Amino acid sequence: MKNKDELVIAKRKFKSRLIVGTGKYRNMLECAKAVKISGAEIVTVAVRRVNIIDKKRPMLMDYINPKKITYLPNTAGCFNSDEALRTLRLAREIGGWKLVKLEVLGDKKNLFPEMIETLKSTEILSKEGFEVMVYCNDDPLMSKRLENVGACAIMPLAAPIGSGLGIQNKTNIKIISQQTKLPVIIDAGIGEASDASIAMELGCDGVLINTAIAKAKNPFQMAEAMKFAVIAGRKSYLSGRIKKNIYGSSSSPKKGII
Amino acid sequence: MKNKNKIKIKVNGRKLQLNQSSTLDSVVKKLNIPLNKVAIELNRKIINKKKIKNIKIVNNDNVEIVYFIGGG
Repeated sequence: MKNKDELVIAKRKFKSRLIVGTGKYRNMLECAKAVKISGAEIVTVAVRRVNIIDKKRPMLMDYINPKKITYLPNTAGCFNSDEALRTLRLAREIGGWKLVKLEVLGDKKNLFPEMIETLKSTEILSKEGFEVMVYCNDDPLMSKRLENVGACAIMPLAAPIGSGLGIQNKTNIKIISQQTKLPVIIDAGIGEASDASIAMELGCDGVLINTAIAKAKNPFQMAEAMKFAVIAGRKSYLSGRIKKNIYGSSSSPKKGII
Repeated sequence: MKNKNKIKIKVNGRKLQLNQSSTLDSVVKKLNIPLNKVAIELNRKIINKKKIKNIKIVNNDNVEIVYFIGGG
């Protein structure tokens, strides 16, 4: 086994394979603490209007230092390419963010990605010099097309955003991770720690989790559980599991039985 | 007219009344916006934050100021 098992995204190296979202927490203090416990080195953030009335407005950057944790601006809430491009161009302007998470939604109820607009946006953003991590369906063909137009990471959903259903199509996720040299990061649908381990055992390079941590009864404990689940899943994947057998195989030697 | 020297603009969807000779810089200062944590759009065009002192605001201008918040 390699000593250094790092997650590499667009030539940036990370020790942690867990990326966490910063939404849905009760407050920013809780969010910052959960992020710290999770050990994540990348957090997703949304771009929104500043509240111009409340001059004491709390700012995420005051709680999570972008010099220590990589901010990954997203396009959550965008339903077409123009909205997504506008959002990420603004995100870049805040302070030079090139590494971004593209997420173009197609349906307000299930929050599935609108893949035609996603593909179009990926191509434009890549040409503009963005490093685009792309939220997408668990579709191997579309994943390949995203790679071909310049995506720097493929981020297939496990299940709808915030659903907590876990990985719905393990076969497709396995195919997606086997067919590409790009990092594959499960984005959306994780519910509990075992889901994160399964994602890693399928060969994914990382997992992105928000709701499952933020909305757990104990977010801090769940942040820690997810941290270890990702590590366990990764080690399990790298260790080479045993072959499945429908018959039993005794663990104790037969020799010397009395 | 009472407000002859005033102009009306919109910032983040809210109406704001300013003096006629206002710049984008004066809008940012008036609203107490930390410039290093935001991006600014003027009439759908992204503005270079270093140049806001030289950008004059005129009647009916539409300003958007955004920042990072928690998200997934």
